[in-house]
Amino acid sequence: MAEDSETKKVFDAEAAASLMKELRGTYASGKTRSYEWRVAQLKNLMKIVDDHEKDILDAIRADLSKPEQESYIAEISIIKSSCTRALGELNRWMKPEKVKTSITTFPSSAEIVSEPLGVVLIIGAWNFPLLLALDPAIGAIAAGNAVVLKPSELCPATSSLIAKLVGKYLDSSCIKVVEGAVAETSALLEQKWDKIFFTGSGRVGRIVMAAAAKHLTPVALELGGKCPVVVDSDINLPVAIRRIAGGKWASNNGQACIAPDYIVTTKDFAPKLIDALKHELEAWYGKDPLESKDLAHIVNSNHFARLAKLLDDDKVSGKIIHGGQRDKANLKFAPTILLDVPEDSLVMNEEIFGPLLPILTVDKLEDSFDMITSRGKPLAAYLFTNNKKLKEKFVKTVSAGGLVINDTVLHFAEKTLPFGGVGESGMGSYHGKFSYEAFSHRKSVLYRGFAGDASARYPPYSDRKLKLLKALLSGSVVGVILALIGWS
Amino acid sequence: MAEIENLEPDLEELRESYRSGKTKEASWRKSQLKGLLTLLKEQEKDIFKALEQDLGKHYAESYRDEVGTLTKSVNLALSSLKDWMSSRKAKLPIATFPSTAEVFPEPLGLVLIISSWNFPFGLSLEPVIGAIAAGNSVVLKPSELAPASSSLLAKTIPTYLDKKAVKVIEGGAAVGEHLLRCKWDKIFFTGNPRVGRVVMTAAANHLTPVTLELGGKCPAIFDSFSSSWDKEMVIKRVLGGKFGACAGQACIAIDYILVQEGFAPTLLELLRNMTKKMFGENPRETKSMARIINKKHFLRLKNILDDPSVQSCIVHGGGVDEDNLFIEPTILMNPPLKASIMTDEIFGPLLPIITLKKIEDSIEFINSRPKALAIYVFTKNETLKRRIISETSSGSVTFNDAIIQYAADTIPFGGVGESGFGRYHGKFSYDTFTYEKAILRRSLLTEFWLRFPPWNDFKLALTKSAYSFDYFGFLLVLLGLKIYS
Repeated sequence: MAEDSETKKVFDAEAAASLMKELRGTYASGKTRSYEWRVAQLKNLMKIVDDHEKDILDAIRADLSKPEQESYIAEISIIKSSCTRALGELNRWMKPEKVKTSITTFPSSAEIVSEPLGVVLIIGAWNFPLLLALDPAIGAIAAGNAVVLKPSELCPATSSLIAKLVGKYLDSSCIKVVEGAVAETSALLEQKWDKIFFTGSGRVGRIVMAAAAKHLTPVALELGGKCPVVVDSDINLPVAIRRIAGGKWASNNGQACIAPDYIVTTKDFAPKLIDALKHELEAWYGKDPLESKDLAHIVNSNHFARLAKLLDDDKVSGKIIHGGQRDKANLKFAPTILLDVPEDSLVMNEEIFGPLLPILTVDKLEDSFDMITSRGKPLAAYLFTNNKKLKEKFVKTVSAGGLVINDTVLHFAEKTLPFGGVGESGMGSYHGKFSYEAFSHRKSVLYRGFAGDASARYPPYSDRKLKLLKALLSGSVVGVILALIGWS
Repeated sequence: MAEIENLEPDLEELRESYRSGKTKEASWRKSQLKGLLTLLKEQEKDIFKALEQDLGKHYAESYRDEVGTLTKSVNLALSSLKDWMSSRKAKLPIATFPSTAEVFPEPLGLVLIISSWNFPFGLSLEPVIGAIAAGNSVVLKPSELAPASSSLLAKTIPTYLDKKAVKVIEGGAAVGEHLLRCKWDKIFFTGNPRVGRVVMTAAANHLTPVTLELGGKCPAIFDSFSSSWDKEMVIKRVLGGKFGACAGQACIAIDYILVQEGFAPTLLELLRNMTKKMFGENPRETKSMARIINKKHFLRLKNILDDPSVQSCIVHGGGVDEDNLFIEPTILMNPPLKASIMTDEIFGPLLPIITLKKIEDSIEFINSRPKALAIYVFTKNETLKRRIISETSSGSVTFNDAIIQYAADTIPFGGVGESGFGRYHGKFSYDTFTYEKAILRRSLLTEFWLRFPPWNDFKLALTKSAYSFDYFGFLLVLLGLKIYS
């Protein structure tokens, strides 16, 4: 149970070293290994979310002015379902996996045993401040590790609430929260972790991986990218529009790693698409979106300025066809649509992470696939079409962490799918069983018997031994017998 | 040796091969794997010759550890390829009907494989098999410390494989550094932890995922045994796992033995007798044991033995032949734990025996040291076996044998902690060079409008039910029969 006075002390290199020493001691004691301990922690995590739903929603609203329903759907309910799944499956996940063995190692039996990695560090992001700290933690705890959480400092209310509630409900000898910004994170990164799980930008991802390299620490990096949405003309437009708009503006006003970043559609279809989008936006947010309570704010003035700069870029002036309203003092930014911005404009060369939606038009949709793949592999890519051929080409050609046909962002909620990036969008994956595996080492165990050893394995060597070895390694039982007969 | 300035055109050609989609075709992958099989068959004699030149290996050892295991792995990849390439369907909850989901193993693109000198063919081609089966373009950088092998690989690979998609780039540290500055979609490195750190740091610049197959001090715990044991078999396995594995220069070679002090004299006697039997009077001439790779490593090992506190512990062997880079099979009894022989990975034919009061003390001994690539336990005691598995951590654990786990395809081969991360062999090789692309297909026919704004309590109540898989509650709310607030 942390004392309030401790949060006032500076968390420096010495504090990080001492924290690590303490956690290594508790981990070595074996406390986190038992099924009972893991279940107790997961149940208590569930209680945090159940008993403090209002506090959590208040904190997120204070930090991000996110509409309550968004916070509920995107953060609270996902954590609850992750806990439920982990509790239900933990027994199965913890069981060793028996595997077959071949004649090469006969007689033998083998299994793969899952064990925790040890003491792990989870660095959360600011856009889903509760989810991105606690969801990975569910995997880490289920896998039996000691955990340090570093929630994002850009959400001070949520960070502080996480620290308080984790300190109160979870076993603080094994699960700790360190709050802070660059200095504290750097101090943590100097330590030797058994795994680092990072959610955030590619720039910081590189720093995390470089720090991990000093200690040969494996990392999982959940980064971002420009998630494209390719829209065909043969679709049920109202449904598609809602899904695109929902994935964009109902996801923290576009500040989500899997939010649609830009749209690609045909020149012919664009007017219809734009029209439908405009109507939906008005239905959702009213004539003056800055007044709407259903739109999340931009997280801080730095990001606000960044987004404003994208719009003020010379190359995109005259391309803004909807929205563009902003309120700097209140960090409000309206859903904004741009049409056919140049490919070398700022807005097309960095992840937008905001409510700006460029629409690029092409003659044939397939032509856009190469352009998409040349931009670095995104975390997600979306396609709306009923054309089977187009679907298959898309799935075959486009490399992204996840692909969704005829929807956006939803794959995030499917726990049977691994969630993670590739290339610039990251490495490693989690959710469901993948979370458990992300924080486990799958140890091979081979049991050898004593009967029938081939002395062919050992020196002194000879041609006859070589024949037997060849038969053994090729897995050929007949070969082995022949070699043995030929031998004697 | 590759000219550093000329690398970029080569890499661009490899990237173009990948972009063209050629390497993703099953037919291409099969043809490459078959090419490797032919290479191994036709070049067998030359491979043996190169290994003899580089390491003084007997061809039986070369077959057992390299050519044979590679042949087995290629055959497995060929017969399993279709299965490995197929998508895996993922189950979805009812609430998402009529969606379908699958996970598709997709190649990463252009991969770099850096291999080590001790098993120059095995450690080069085993990952190449995985990379090709997974549909990638490949650059292989073999170790310059095994020049005959490196040169043979550089000569034969372009002849048997698609030279526009699989290249061998030879060279030393300078070439390695240059390669590391380029952008790869994956780097697979086998070697020591020091270079492993350099590789991962370079990879971080480009967010390139890496697999590091490193080393460590692999302990062999030797439980006392009664007469019911087949002592001869077990001792052979121990010695095979040390001196028989490239003269101990193997990441999974037994580094040192832990034994209960009362049993140590018996064990030592057995080891000495069997060493003489297996390796003979002149192991260098009979090639029953490999030689040390080069002068630098020879001197490193010689210095270990020259330390007076270590030298006094030699109980067998200890002879060194600098001209021929040969060190006899050497056994030591209880060298000081602070000496480098017990703090650094030995990687040579020196076998320390450390005695403990109780064999169970081996658990604490191992846990106070960095995690090894493998732990070997020679015992029939089921409790000890269970304790080792649950109370220690290592890449793998093998009971009653050593090294042989390398030949098994159904268990992953890789380290943890200081011994590395990532794994390969069998399907794990394929997985290491792919990423799992999640694909969710939804229908545009139905919709859960409660997902979207404008928000209200009704939608919230429905969402709560759906997310907790409370379908009945969901229905009630929908029908207006459940109160929501």
